[in-house]
Amino acid sequence: MNEFEIIAPFLAATVRTATPLALAALGEVLVERVGIINIGLEGAILAGAFGALVGATAGGLAAGYVAAIGGGLLIGAVFAVCVVGLRTDQIITGTAITLLSVGATGTLYRALYGSSGAALTLPTSAPVPIPGLSSIPIVGAAFFAQPPVTYAAYVLAPLLAWWLVRTHVGLAVRAIGEQPAAAAAAGIRVDRLRALAVLTGGALGGLAGGTLVLAQAGTFAENMSSGRGFIAIAIVVLGRWRPMGVALAALLFGAASALQFAFQAMAWNAPYQLFLVMPYLLTLAALTGVAGRARAPASLGKPLS
Amino acid sequence: MRWFSTLFAGGHGATVYTAPRTPAPSRLAMSALRFATFVTLVLSVVVLATAGLLAVGGFDVRVALAALWTGSIGSWYALTSATFVRAVPLMLTGCAVAVAFRAGVFNIGAEGQLLAGAAAAAAVVLAAPSLGIVSLLLALVMGAVGGGVWASIAGILRSRFGVLEVISTIMLNFVALYAVSYLVRGPLQEPTHAYPQSLPIAESVRLGQIPGAGRLHVGLLLAVGILMVAGWMMRYTAGGFRLLVVGENPAAAASAGLIDVGAVTFRAFLCSGALAGLAGAVEVLGVTFALYENISPGYGYTAIAVALLAGLDPWRIVLSAALFAALESGAGAMQRDAGVPSTLVMIVEALLILAVVVTQALRRRRVSAPSALTRADLVAGA
Repeated sequence: MNEFEIIAPFLAATVRTATPLALAALGEVLVERVGIINIGLEGAILAGAFGALVGATAGGLAAGYVAAIGGGLLIGAVFAVCVVGLRTDQIITGTAITLLSVGATGTLYRALYGSSGAALTLPTSAPVPIPGLSSIPIVGAAFFAQPPVTYAAYVLAPLLAWWLVRTHVGLAVRAIGEQPAAAAAAGIRVDRLRALAVLTGGALGGLAGGTLVLAQAGTFAENMSSGRGFIAIAIVVLGRWRPMGVALAALLFGAASALQFAFQAMAWNAPYQLFLVMPYLLTLAALTGVAGRARAPASLGKPLS
Repeated sequence: MRWFSTLFAGGHGATVYTAPRTPAPSRLAMSALRFATFVTLVLSVVVLATAGLLAVGGFDVRVALAALWTGSIGSWYALTSATFVRAVPLMLTGCAVAVAFRAGVFNIGAEGQLLAGAAAAAAVVLAAPSLGIVSLLLALVMGAVGGGVWASIAGILRSRFGVLEVISTIMLNFVALYAVSYLVRGPLQEPTHAYPQSLPIAESVRLGQIPGAGRLHVGLLLAVGILMVAGWMMRYTAGGFRLLVVGENPAAAASAGLIDVGAVTFRAFLCSGALAGLAGAVEVLGVTFALYENISPGYGYTAIAVALLAGLDPWRIVLSAALFAALESGAGAMQRDAGVPSTLVMIVEALLILAVVVTQALRRRRVSAPSALTRADLVAGA
């Protein structure tokens, strides 16, 4: 077996795994830039995945994606009402919302589709190769023959980066994250922007969940988000709260997860749990290396005043 | 909504950040009354929420609630062998969460620490089954040590590298899960290699059962005892007070209280992990008698709800752990008898946590209004 036969699928798996992580993490960047940490992101991803299942069985792929975003929005809305509206504790609320999402999706799934475990097969979005780019040797097929939602992530990262730095609203968002009182004094509607950021973050989390179902698994399983929301939060730290950095960090995580396929292809003999545990170990390692040095938004996680 | 929040947040309501008050004897009757009101309210919220969800889901509410009742506290067997057996790990992990949260440590990793403790305890009794009571005690200690070590990883990551423990403890939960998965398929697997679990542990190293109470084991007494001691320490000892001060205001603790905030925080990680690890050890030694992957149906996560509902007060955790244990035991019966997905109780639990944090927030709002007034009082007094 030559190297290309390993590298090309490895790169493709990297991009495939990175896509939902990047989408969720980009949403969380926005949320954390207004000073809020949303642990409920995990719940939003799961709700999005379930929404995708419901939507896709009812009305095909497009409906699946719309319902996925809707599911994430719903979770985002609950979080926004509690944390922004009522000023509840961010961490506890996020934890409760993830629990709520696990319980609600599990219950609905079993009630609607039966708990027999007969996996439903859903339509998945086929890769759409971009003419020209996709024929670049090795990397072309990996990066440019992907489902459309991956291209959405490609566009979203630079767009968000530009928007945060170059627009008035982006400036307002950053101001809130650094110094909410000053932002309010400057006439920025702090709570409205916070709520909008949380909703957007929820929607992107939902889209990430939809990607898991509609572009990857082709089915739904209870708890299928399996910690991706928390990994996405770590990716935000690793990407130093900058959209482009976050996109790169997501790719790095995708690569780490894709290593298991490469190792399997090389028939490397090691306990399979070692591969499964790698993303989580990498998260810890990455946070250890970066967390102290990167500067978070000054008001991040502080109780809202 | 107003009356609701007033009642809910009244007297012995759940508060995350305030120390448990020690009422003067004259106020004792009043606070007992308010406590009873609170308990009644929580129970009615649980029943109404469950009934509401069942109705929305199109289930037979009466059949399902009847199953919830018989599966949890409707019979002596259900009460002891299901509810109380489940309450033991919830009490210990609930206490773990309470100790951590009190100190401002968001340990979401009780689940992983429980698994680490279970693995450590199983390893001890499988390696030294012949020492009887000595093995048993050693396993309990090593369970606590295992959980403590697992939590201290997150503690070190936070103190040395500034890693948010919320993320690190969750990551460590996954790592612990896969580590146990490896152990029961590798070094600790039973000799025939047919099942992903360890050999059953010897009779002589098991926790004794409480006579006349089915599967219930003496771990219950241990858990209740630990909660009593922990609650007492938080109320009446200097160490407990330091824990609360660090949780309330680390800056003030460091500058005015001559408290080594870092050391207290790290100790909170250790104690919290040790309690969760002990829960895992007790589970192996008293209930499952073997190590396998699904040894915990999420006790470490339910523990967060248990601790919050109890206002992070170990004494009250006795009750909230029993409540959640009853709910989860009843959920199994609901699934069997009425076809209701057992995950439904997770929704109820989540709603309870949300109700607690929302009432806290509303209460803070009401309290914060006259703060200028109290400050004026202080100035006048001085």
